[in-house]
Amino acid sequence: MSIHPVMQRLAAKLQRTDLPNFGPGDTVRVQVKIKEGDKERVQAFEGIVIARKNGAEGSFTVRKMSFGQGVERIFPLHCKVVEKVEKVRSARVRRSKLFYLRALRGKAARLREADSIHAK
Amino acid sequence: MAVAGMLGKKIGMTQVFDENGEIHPITVVQVGPCVITQIKTQAKDGYDAAQIGLVEFVKSSKINKAMAGHFGKNNVPPVRILREVPIEVAAKVAEGEETVGSKAGDRVLVDIFADEKFVDVLGTSKGRGFAGVVRRHGFGGGPKSHGHMFQVQGSIGASSFPSRVMKGMRMPGHMGVDNVTVRNLRIRGIDTDENLLMLEGAVPGHREGYVLITKAKQPPRERRGFSGATTVDPLKASKKASASKKK
Repeated sequence: MSIHPVMQRLAAKLQRTDLPNFGPGDTVRVQVKIKEGDKERVQAFEGIVIARKNGAEGSFTVRKMSFGQGVERIFPLHCKVVEKVEKVRSARVRRSKLFYLRALRGKAARLREADSIHAK
Repeated sequence: MAVAGMLGKKIGMTQVFDENGEIHPITVVQVGPCVITQIKTQAKDGYDAAQIGLVEFVKSSKINKAMAGHFGKNNVPPVRILREVPIEVAAKVAEGEETVGSKAGDRVLVDIFADEKFVDVLGTSKGRGFAGVVRRHGFGGGPKSHGHMFQVQGSIGASSFPSRVMKGMRMPGHMGVDNVTVRNLRIRGIDTDENLLMLEGAVPGHREGYVLITKAKQPPRERRGFSGATTVDPLKASKKASASKKK
């Protein structure tokens, strides 16, 4: 069943606008709010976006290698815990879900840099 | 604001985040616009109530002459469904000697819920057809292996005594399409442009199904340390957030 037009308009209204346009293959730095006792601080999580879902229930998956161990975090797009997303660099990829990267290590897990868009 | 309830249509479900970063499932209900078709009074009808209808497109051939006369009396648009909702006593007292705050022909919009935290929703549950005992009454079912049947109810009573089946024995039968009321759903947001009400949790019935929404009859009392009683409008919150970011 297709989405009800009212739901579509509502989703558009609730859409978060402060995030940059990023997709699978992009390397992003996600600033995550972390609560420690009463203090709140921001921690960065940097890695490759390997999946993205859109809409009101949208989320994106960021994968990074941490001390030789693959770590993935799934962030809801509209979650207030995600304070900021910075695009570090983007790569040319041919599919929307990059789950094949999970099986690859080291040099094989590299992605080709996008030609037109260079890292800022 | 004298009317305590409205008719609406279930649209669908989605989710919102509050400012603590917690996620809430919400049901979006298109509420109204409604129109008061008749005011029932203590003097004339023996009780106080307002008859309201949901304003939507109705074919003229669907309106019989009796209903046309009823709508024509107060010059209200033809509506498909009518329900009675209570009139709030407090509103009448506040207005003192004057007549009742609302009269027939008045429009009722979703903003009557603007100050409310909780609502009750009455809807018709989804039809399950002829359902067995496991689904209908939550029976455990039989063993899954060793040559057994899975979803049978088993014995329905003893033999020569009482020689009959006890009344009220739970058996397979028709399930669903019942009137179901869900009390105290928290309002998570109001959209007055589109007449939307966002309620936390599930609402009975299928999408596009009619529901009657009334102000909560018995809202939960505020417990100690229960600070989450305020409703958060995600629309306003997102606007505020984007406004502060721009600065």
